[in-house]
Amino acid sequence: MSFSLTINDKPYTVDAHPDTPLLWVLRDHLNLTGTKYGCGQGLCGACTIHLDGESARSCQTPVATVGNRKVTTIEGLAATLGHRVQQAWIAEQVPQCGYCQSGQIMEAAALLAKHPRPTPQQMDEAMSGLICRCGSYQAIRLAISRAAAGGAQ
Amino acid sequence: MKTGLTRRDFLQTSALGGAGLVIAFYLPAKAELHGQGAPPSFQPNAWLQIDPEDNVTIWVGKSEMGQGVRTSLPMIVAEELDADWTRVRVEPALADSRKYGNQLTGGSTSVRTSWEPLRKAGAQARAMLIAAVAQSWGVAPNSCRTESGSVIHEPSGRRAGYGSLVEAAAKLPVPEKPPLKNARDFRIVGQSLPRLDIPGKVDGSARFGIDARAPGMLFAVVARCPVFGGKLAHFDATRAKTVKGVRAVTPITSGVAVVADSTWAAMEGRKALDVTWNEGPHAALTSAEISRRFARLAAGPAAVAREDRAVDAALKRAARTLEAVYEVPFLAHATMEPMNATAYVHRGSCEVWAPTQFPSLAQQVAAKIAGLPPEKVTVHITLLGGGFGRRAEADYVTDAVEASKAVGAPVQVLWTREDDMQHDVYRPASYHVLRAGLDADGRLIAWTHRVVAPSIGAQRGEKVEGGLDTSAVDGAADLPYAIPNLRVDYVMANTAVPTGYWRSVYASQTAFANECFLDEIAAVAGKDPVELRRALLNKSPHHKAVLELVAEKSGWGQPLPAGRFRGLAVHKSFHSFVGEVAEVSLEKDGTPRVHRVVCAIDCGLPVNPAGVASQMQSGIVYGLSAALRGKITISKGRVQQNNFDDYQVLRFDEMPQVEVYIVPSSEPPTGTGEPGLPPIAPAVANAVSAARGQRVRKLPILA
Repeated sequence: MSFSLTINDKPYTVDAHPDTPLLWVLRDHLNLTGTKYGCGQGLCGACTIHLDGESARSCQTPVATVGNRKVTTIEGLAATLGHRVQQAWIAEQVPQCGYCQSGQIMEAAALLAKHPRPTPQQMDEAMSGLICRCGSYQAIRLAISRAAAGGAQ
Repeated sequence: MKTGLTRRDFLQTSALGGAGLVIAFYLPAKAELHGQGAPPSFQPNAWLQIDPEDNVTIWVGKSEMGQGVRTSLPMIVAEELDADWTRVRVEPALADSRKYGNQLTGGSTSVRTSWEPLRKAGAQARAMLIAAVAQSWGVAPNSCRTESGSVIHEPSGRRAGYGSLVEAAAKLPVPEKPPLKNARDFRIVGQSLPRLDIPGKVDGSARFGIDARAPGMLFAVVARCPVFGGKLAHFDATRAKTVKGVRAVTPITSGVAVVADSTWAAMEGRKALDVTWNEGPHAALTSAEISRRFARLAAGPAAVAREDRAVDAALKRAARTLEAVYEVPFLAHATMEPMNATAYVHRGSCEVWAPTQFPSLAQQVAAKIAGLPPEKVTVHITLLGGGFGRRAEADYVTDAVEASKAVGAPVQVLWTREDDMQHDVYRPASYHVLRAGLDADGRLIAWTHRVVAPSIGAQRGEKVEGGLDTSAVDGAADLPYAIPNLRVDYVMANTAVPTGYWRSVYASQTAFANECFLDEIAAVAGKDPVELRRALLNKSPHHKAVLELVAEKSGWGQPLPAGRFRGLAVHKSFHSFVGEVAEVSLEKDGTPRVHRVVCAIDCGLPVNPAGVASQMQSGIVYGLSAALRGKITISKGRVQQNNFDDYQVLRFDEMPQVEVYIVPSSEPPTGTGEPGLPPIAPAVANAVSAARGQRVRKLPILA
């Protein structure tokens, strides 16, 4: 089946089975490889993207369910307020292996869009659905705080 | 939409995020800019090149898996070169052991073993640039100095940028013993410099193994026998081939590869595959049986690894003896990027894109399958989405090369998370029997430690003399505490479960047994755990220094909020000394919560101190996941865990506050990838034991 998608403000048309997770459409059909596969079960968050600005696990999003919602991936985040989050990630030197960080940044950007000054509990709720095996959690918390503080200026 | 990437685009974009191209493609591109032949450039050795525009290119032969080698290793070269760090570009090397030496990235060796050769590489270039100036200006070399990419003639103040000297320097002989800088003149090494790989890791441009793309590339997953040692009996591809996008179904060594237009189609094809396995001789194996066997073997003969004086007599005359058994389970690596590789076997050549810690092994394995000499196989080392020892294997490379050879197209083989969890090479389970003897004054006079564990080496066919795998007693036989009568021995207990190198290898087990048992001794002797250790470390000053630093920084001995308890452990592994103190409380249901971890490390001169701190954080988090919940169990000859729901790892809301302190040192740098891990399990276990009033002797703590 053919699907029309708006990804990072650009139109795309893909031919895929309706059940195909958006993750694999992005990665294998459209070569947008910044969004990562980690578990395929919505357990690790490496595949996190935005649908109309809200975070979503692309491995749990069949392409047929996207409809006309706007998809934002890590490649398109810099064009949004998410740029501030990316700068904070660099300032706090968050990534180690870096594989999970596209998802971490997308989740943090969605959190900050909803709660510009998130409490530690709001950070816990948003970020605990994602896994980092290298141990960047402490740096992520600092980077979110930095991005939030930057937004208040 | 299909993207129209050309082969050239692919090679460009597959290089390290934004940093540029591999050299073979870099020079022609530059030559095009200049309109004629390659510009004169200066490449005194395999590690660096300077071009006329002052750009310094440094090649990194080790794999970047998060530990920061694509920054720390160039820092060493740039230091001795006296380069302008802002003009340094970093390129990943291809697999080429003749050019780059041993490229195996593991055992926390990268900085330690590269320190001398990379200093020399930078110093050679610097000496030649000075000689070039001396020659053309007719001045004495020793009247010149270097500074941030320039040679300066001191008496006249004349200055020449490195780029202006490349043509002259390239004609000079390469000095075998160039003068090295004095450490007090270092201005790059020892600084916490931002990592060069980070910008590409925040905008999606960094390319990991799974991101390799080649024109006409197909995607594959492999159906594997779930039982260890099982084999393919029969398969029927008819149903799998009805799945749209499936192109081929082909048997390979590890199982049956389903090759398709997309990863999803390959996964759907695999679901539809009819396959029967011959489960082989281990189809009834269970964890309980393995555990019982370890206990049985512990009572039998053992190979002695270390024997100091007369331990049996000392135990006999001891006023008090203690005995405890410690047990740890098999563990999976669970790197965030599951195993994968991409290969193209084509008309007498073979190209591989692999997130590998062991490029030369990948090259050899690919060469054998492709029927080529290794030097005809090009291995691109991509970024690794975590390694932790798992990527020192080449099973995923074998899959990709075999699949590509079978279908005649570039193929990327991806292991799903479930494949990765169930077909790992696991951290060996182990069983430790410890005994101690105290004299009438409470002094520790005897210690025995029997390690019962599979031998990673023997299980993969390496020769192990006299039944003693010395790596299996790593951390046990080199116990640093001054105990007059001591014996450490080993019982090889191989099983059908494949084992491999898991971050810190056997130190992850022996540190737990040693440091928990020492706390048991402290309790019986009525001594403070820090004081007991301090008294036993008079001849081990490095251990003692990290013990004292971590005790001071953690506030050891000072009051804690109600319900909080501290635990401590000290361990040396991979040439680095680490002490850690964990602060723990128990939730209402008894679940431990780790609030704070204080870490002290002596790793010699820290090349990039911020990088050292990151590696300590990383080892602590990885080790904490294992200590609290990490467990691979076997039933019916197969792994019972599948994904992150039943193999749970530490998450954001459980992250303790971690503080890292580095012991000042001017000794040559050692390693940091692994040494942060071994002390965390015993530090937390000791704190939990204090909180519960009952010893933790088995991992994971949350069984």
